[in-house]
Amino acid sequence: MSDRPRAMRQPVSLRLGSAAFLAFWCLIASFPIFWIAVMSFKAPVDAFAANPLDVILGPATRAAGQGLSILDIAAGLAVLYLTVRFAMRWLPGRVAAWSPGGQVWAGWIIGGLAYGVAFVVVFLGVLPVVLGALNPVLGPLGKPVLGLTTVHYHSVWVENEFYRNFLNSLLVTTGVVIVSLTVGTLAGYGLARSGSNLAFWLLIVALVFRALPHSVLVAGYLPVFINSAEWLRPILGDNAPTLYGQPMAVIAVLVSINQPFTIWMLRSFFQNIPAELDEAARVDGCTHFQAFRWVIMPVMWPGVITTGLFSFLLAYNDFLVTSLLLDATNQTMVPAIAGYFNRETTTTDQVEAVAAAVSITAPLFLLVMIFQRQIVSGLTAGAVKG
Amino acid sequence: MHFRTFAGFVGPSVFLMLLFIAAPLVGVFLGSFQITQPVVEQVEVETCTPGFLTQTCTTELVTRPILDENGNITTTTEWVGLTSYIRVLEPGRAWDAVRDLDYNALMQIDFWAALRFTLMFTLVTLPLVIGFGLAIALAVNNVARSIKGPVIFVSLLPFIITPVVGALSIRWLFIGDGILTSALEMWLDRDLALFAQAWTIELMMLFYRVWHVAPFAFVIFYAGLQTVNRDTLESAIIDGASRWDRLRYVIIPHLMPLIVFVALIHLMDSYRVFEEIVGFSSQAHVISLQWLTYDFLQPDDAGNRAYSRASASAMLTMVGIVILLIPLLRRTWRDHKGAPH
Repeated sequence: MSDRPRAMRQPVSLRLGSAAFLAFWCLIASFPIFWIAVMSFKAPVDAFAANPLDVILGPATRAAGQGLSILDIAAGLAVLYLTVRFAMRWLPGRVAAWSPGGQVWAGWIIGGLAYGVAFVVVFLGVLPVVLGALNPVLGPLGKPVLGLTTVHYHSVWVENEFYRNFLNSLLVTTGVVIVSLTVGTLAGYGLARSGSNLAFWLLIVALVFRALPHSVLVAGYLPVFINSAEWLRPILGDNAPTLYGQPMAVIAVLVSINQPFTIWMLRSFFQNIPAELDEAARVDGCTHFQAFRWVIMPVMWPGVITTGLFSFLLAYNDFLVTSLLLDATNQTMVPAIAGYFNRETTTTDQVEAVAAAVSITAPLFLLVMIFQRQIVSGLTAGAVKG
Repeated sequence: MHFRTFAGFVGPSVFLMLLFIAAPLVGVFLGSFQITQPVVEQVEVETCTPGFLTQTCTTELVTRPILDENGNITTTTEWVGLTSYIRVLEPGRAWDAVRDLDYNALMQIDFWAALRFTLMFTLVTLPLVIGFGLAIALAVNNVARSIKGPVIFVSLLPFIITPVVGALSIRWLFIGDGILTSALEMWLDRDLALFAQAWTIELMMLFYRVWHVAPFAFVIFYAGLQTVNRDTLESAIIDGASRWDRLRYVIIPHLMPLIVFVALIHLMDSYRVFEEIVGFSSQAHVISLQWLTYDFLQPDDAGNRAYSRASASAMLTMVGIVILLIPLLRRTWRDHKGAPH
């Protein structure tokens, strides 16, 4: 800050005030998420205790014999620290060395997955066994001090088969991201390079479509989807599908609902790629499609990745469309959680709902960690340039 | 670019939008004037129960749906004009309530209660989101570079979280004797039941929405702050402008287009308020317009979905969106006319 002219320096009171406000905001922003993460590891009595310290330390959970000793905490933190450190220092070099030239991104995907699996094996497989053997012999160091139980996660994921919902979410989000990027990239490029009135009107119509409440559209889909076997029979014969409850139909719906946003965003990214680039290719004898394939595609990935993130978020976070168009057998995670908190008859059910909510949030947390820069650039792309 | 090439590029996208956005819209519009009902017939059924000496027989009129040859219920679709709209709006009852100046009676009608909440929600959150977003952006702009990254990371969390889960995470802090409720009870020294009346739930919903959207406003304003002209700021200082004057006459005018942008996006999104109702399970106290349509679309106990009323309430929701969009469209049109291509 020393390069600031003296007149622009701020008095201490103002700087303290703004720092305090920021600290307050960070607390508010993270507290609810942090708190449900803490609650999900406690026995119901602790999770809904009135005293915050009880929630954090979990005396009832500890009394039930489930807790972490000082040794557990130290070992866990050490493993976490080493994991992050290796991921920063050691992994990039390995990925660069092992992946074939030009395909570093594929190397990152495989390397990241392998690293993640190795971490899970060490953290959840090896560590508990080693510590389970060490704790009894270490006396006071091995006594549990922090109540912590994973029983709710176990009952949510294994007994209540939440993994089925997870797989459905995976199917729907993957489908939505792939289809909506394929269709949207083409349209975004076309719109960015065409100055015609038609392109302008398409964008305006897309803007209107973006503002539509989704329930309006679902009111249009539902009767058609439920009766689709009847009106598709003349075209498809006797094995015409009922679109209601089909993940594929939901993918198509979410892609279309997302399309207005996608093409606006991709258009603004394509406008930032100089038009001279594809014009030069056209002079060399490429058609528009060839120019797109060989000149634009290699340089468009930052924009596509950012837009893909937002498509992912829309599909992953959606409640309204998936809860109305999918039946119980094909439910994705977010509508499935409604089943937990609506039937909350006991506090155990409530803590299981908390565990399910944390399970839904965890991938998003990772996503922000990895793609923070892309998310920020995506948010500002629409506003600052458009 | 030739029309043919252009059509090749945008074709798939336009096709999807026509099939899954435009067509359902037309369908909903037409559907709001129709009612589909099962065809019923009344038959006399004689039921006999064994009794002493003679059977006891009763005949009664039973209404039952007519089945077609496949065993499905036959339905008819009739054009009913504005009947569905009247069922949603209940103009008779609403008018009585307005004439008697009976606010509570008006709020007994789902649609008007939903409209009141949706409008209140939209208008109250708008200044809060913009104010908070701006304050966070200014504060972040003030801190050392090294902690900006972590601060932005933490700030993005409420924005990125699944809306239903976000609402739930706030709800769990308050529900029953959640820690914040007990803290409030200690502080105010009285018993609180935050989920027992509408206004406390509405306060929590407002808090949730501001918490959820302020990061979006913050990121956009923060990006805008990076492009404030230093020269203008310095000349303002030379002219003796105080810190507050500089904020008011230099920084805010510079951010104005972004403020308008955030306001429009926020208006569109908060008018569609829906996830809060699900997350806070507030349907007994507070509902929104989009939730009203959702509720009509949910199967009732007999498994029927009220499509016609859903369509009517959907079309009424649309009216509000169109009113919101008109200024935006006029502005875009002016920009398009003005901008040379």
